[in-house]
Amino acid sequence: VSLMADIDADLIATTRRISDEVAAAYAIEVDREARFPTETVAALREAGAFSALIPNELGGAGVSLKAIAAACFELGRHCGASGMVFAMHQIQIACLVDHRGENAWFDDYLGEVVAEQRLIASITSEVGTGGDLGKSVAAVSEAGTDGYAGFEKRAPTVSYGEHADAFLTTVRRAPESEPGDQVAVLTRRDQMAMQPQGTWDPLGMRGTCSPGFIATARFTPEQVLPVPFSTVSAETMTPVSHVLWSHVWLGIATDAFDRARAFVKAAAKRKPGEHLPAAIGLSELMSELSLLRAEVGLGLREYCELHATDRSKLLEMATILRFNNLKIAASEQAPRVCQEALAVCGIVGYKNDTPFSVGRHLRDSMSARLMVANERIHTTDASLLLIAKEV
Amino acid sequence: MKDQIRQVIREHGNLPVAVESLADDADLYQAGMTSHASVNVMIALEDTFDVEFLDSMLKRSVFESVDSIATALAEVGVPA
Repeated sequence: VSLMADIDADLIATTRRISDEVAAAYAIEVDREARFPTETVAALREAGAFSALIPNELGGAGVSLKAIAAACFELGRHCGASGMVFAMHQIQIACLVDHRGENAWFDDYLGEVVAEQRLIASITSEVGTGGDLGKSVAAVSEAGTDGYAGFEKRAPTVSYGEHADAFLTTVRRAPESEPGDQVAVLTRRDQMAMQPQGTWDPLGMRGTCSPGFIATARFTPEQVLPVPFSTVSAETMTPVSHVLWSHVWLGIATDAFDRARAFVKAAAKRKPGEHLPAAIGLSELMSELSLLRAEVGLGLREYCELHATDRSKLLEMATILRFNNLKIAASEQAPRVCQEALAVCGIVGYKNDTPFSVGRHLRDSMSARLMVANERIHTTDASLLLIAKEV
Repeated sequence: MKDQIRQVIREHGNLPVAVESLADDADLYQAGMTSHASVNVMIALEDTFDVEFLDSMLKRSVFESVDSIATALAEVGVPA
């Protein structure tokens, strides 16, 4: 037990150091230029962080999801985009670890992630599905005489699509399958053609570099995860996404709070003993932040407990509602904290070049409600609430 | 009971194919039932058979075929 805890503590300490020393140093440039956080990703690679979640029997460090979540938080504090890239990679790893079954191809690939620190992206969104990740237009073609199958998928966004080494893509099981009958396929970059579509000049999370792509792939049937995507999604991808994303958002909001606090402290030092309205605002901000922290922390604990003790419970509608609500609550509370931090700091927070700037925090956190639109999640929840019993 | 189940699926499953064309063990999701439609099926089943499913039964796999729905209904006390 103590050995396991050491491994967790090591990852958290390492990502904290990388966040402080590397992510922080490049965050402004990454944001301004909407460029990939190359330096931070290189440092994470060097530290072996991309395989940290892979279990020991496949050669990984076997850290807990709690440690991964803490690492997302640490990175999010200094560079939201770096935190989000790290989080999204770990989500794909969690899906592969949980659902690879007896499939040796996936074991081999995860071994390669350990050895080469491969970065995995996902291609889940698709033009023509109205934002519903539970539906696909693209389908796995029938395998040819050479044993290779393929797909072509038009994705409106693929995060770090130019920079990933492999892609986990949702597609219909076969050409004749219904839109909801999906599987997930892992393909290496050298098995794919990625044709970029459009530009990438968004409001925030600019370093995730997520333009659209037309992705075509050729692969062998063993590269298809052996369970339906609906299971992968319900048991792992959706709840783990909501848990890890919300840790990144908590990191962003926490740094906004820290900046507001530094501002108030500096003001208090200049005018000792004087009444500071901003100090009251800071206290109010702390209670807003603590609400976010409570929901995010509880979501993580609940997921880890269910994942360890009773995974079938993750498929129940009451549980789906719970983790959907984590996403909605955290994605709305994080920008609220950033906006209130801006109100505390005033003009020096609004300016982009002061130690108290929170513009990037606000912009980055505003992406949260779009990453699977909250309105869509509310529609799902509204339906589930009609039938679920105890929620 | 299975006739009544099929009736509910016909009215609420929103399937692109006729429910009569599906075997009792055919996968309704593969036949095109959406998650949203499946919730409507669950609600209609509770209403038709005057039962309540437990939270532990309210998951996708329990409602994936006529057979699995019949098993679930038996579990909450509907006679076969």
